[in-house]
Amino acid sequence: MPSKSQFLWMYETMEKARYYEDTIAVAYMEGKQPKFDIGAGPLPGEMHLAAGQEPCAAGVCVHLRADDTVTATHRPHHAAIAKGVDLKKMTAEIFGKKTGLAGGRGGHMHLLDPAVNFACSGIIAQGAGPAVGAALAAKLRGTDAVAVSYVGDGAANQGGFHEALNLASLWKLPVIFVIEDNSWGISVPKAKSTAIKDNSLRAAGYAMPGFHIADNDTLKLFDVAGEAVARARTGGGPTLIEVETYRYYGHFQGDPETYRPKGEVAALKAKDPIARFRKTMIETKVATAAEADAALARAKAEVDEAFAFARAAAYPAPEEALAHVFA
Amino acid sequence: MSSNRIMTVSRAMSEAIAQEMRADPNVFVMGEDVGAYGGIFGATSGLLGEFGESRVRDTPISETAFIGAGVGAAMAGMRPIVELMFVDFFGVCMDAIYNLAAKNVYFSGGNCKVPMVIMTGTGGGYSDAGQHSQTLHATFAHLPGLKVVAPSNAYDAKGLMTTAIRDDGPVMFMFHKGLQGLAWMASPEGAATELPEESYVLPFGQAKIVRPGKDVTIVAISMMVHHAMEAAKALEKEGVDAEVIDLRTLVPLDRKTVIQSVKKTGRLIVVDEDYKSYGLTSEIIASVVEENPAYLKSPPRRLAVPDVPIPYSRPMEQYILPDAVDIAAAVRATLGKKAA
Repeated sequence: MPSKSQFLWMYETMEKARYYEDTIAVAYMEGKQPKFDIGAGPLPGEMHLAAGQEPCAAGVCVHLRADDTVTATHRPHHAAIAKGVDLKKMTAEIFGKKTGLAGGRGGHMHLLDPAVNFACSGIIAQGAGPAVGAALAAKLRGTDAVAVSYVGDGAANQGGFHEALNLASLWKLPVIFVIEDNSWGISVPKAKSTAIKDNSLRAAGYAMPGFHIADNDTLKLFDVAGEAVARARTGGGPTLIEVETYRYYGHFQGDPETYRPKGEVAALKAKDPIARFRKTMIETKVATAAEADAALARAKAEVDEAFAFARAAAYPAPEEALAHVFA
Repeated sequence: MSSNRIMTVSRAMSEAIAQEMRADPNVFVMGEDVGAYGGIFGATSGLLGEFGESRVRDTPISETAFIGAGVGAAMAGMRPIVELMFVDFFGVCMDAIYNLAAKNVYFSGGNCKVPMVIMTGTGGGYSDAGQHSQTLHATFAHLPGLKVVAPSNAYDAKGLMTTAIRDDGPVMFMFHKGLQGLAWMASPEGAATELPEESYVLPFGQAKIVRPGKDVTIVAISMMVHHAMEAAKALEKEGVDAEVIDLRTLVPLDRKTVIQSVKKTGRLIVVDEDYKSYGLTSEIIASVVEENPAYLKSPPRRLAVPDVPIPYSRPMEQYILPDAVDIAAAVRATLGKKAA
């Protein structure tokens, strides 16, 4: 079981991630009405939100340190928040501002924060290899740092993912592969893309432990991830963890979602993982409702502050586009 | 038969595919989100309803497998049309493209056909950043064995798609997202065109003079044709008569039409949304200069992305993408004119 501070940290982190995504969802529509144009408004381009997937971030990253590495997907905000990416700089980056992590060059799918060893990629499964590399570096240097690679259930069918699993196991590297199974690869349901029901079974093919976490359960994930991180830190090699998670929004904002069964999201929201986590935390007397409310208020204030910072920031000068092509 | 149907590029593509699927049971479609979604950029819209899941197949996100499978199916006598939604994703499966699709005809001494269409979205301008906004025309045009198509409008898209499906070798069909006529992305006025209902083919390797002129030749492709036309319109007011050429295909490349035009105008601007170095722009200029440098009355100019990844933030992205203002300025510079 998590300690009180771990409990509260996970709760606050999940609320922060949720509020962050819901705030972006509103801001994203600015300038895009009445006619939706993906290139218009203060947040142009594609926007992939992770509301519903917060347990995957908090339940794993609670066990991590700044010197551990996380590689996330094209839906990266919750993981970035849980890994401790600077929220102001990250938000400024998503607004395309000069004060962003990359001065506005990368945007929301390409958040890189070397200060906390966080990276993501807009290309499916392409974070798996770099996580293996980060773990290899830790092993070669003799540190006990670990790496976590997040992929979606769609990415679990990628060659790059499987090659990374094999390499990590072959070299007994400290990597935790986390499959965020939200059951959708854009419009294609998992049942139509994946030959087996549980991707955790694939771990057997690479001689590593595999775990399946049902129903977006933060506490079960906390336990399994804690063991996996401890195993990795002590030379026990990689672990594959599959989490059944929820995708509340479409693949991207503006996705008409005509492929999605009616009522699916409402049914998922009825068993929202954050609400369940909060209820457990209070019912088991780990924390009081007042403590939870204070955590929620802190989370919201931090997000609001980050958005205010991002909105107030200046855009880069056009010719700054030419900088930083080479190191 | 002519009709007054104005249709988008995406509808033109799906109509061509549907007509070929009706005519030939060997034609089928597979790729990412081509089924219920109808293709993220609308190119397979409506096909699932008519042809069913057997011939309109959603694939897992497993590009190496399904592009490779496309090659195998094509060599087995089928005519697969395979969509991989963003050209930026092709690195994942490049081996299947440039070592299998592109080379198997050659490796068989011509005894083997690979009648496969690979279609993909190109281009930026809507702040989707460096992994979803590249154009990469030259990457594929550089590889022997691949034909490369990049239409600028619906009429060309339908005719070129029909030709691509009937071609016995692999064809890269590179459509610009911003020309598709999507409900959620701005599209220039000229991209949607009148579209004949009947099936028709447009030969590869025939550029089109979309605006005749005598003072300067502007060579463009895909989205850049629209920017070139806008520039030509602005220049007309300044007394400059620009000829605009839409290449339509990169491989085969219609060097002849370009050379004839430059022979007439004596001046050349080439514009591409791809990276500048080692690209289409230098290829066109080299083709003219190799023929006869004396055709040129002033140094040729090229406009393209200045060898930087496509930035996310709008001011920077707009700065690096060539547009009508850049093209008009290049024309004025070539003519030794001051800005209007």
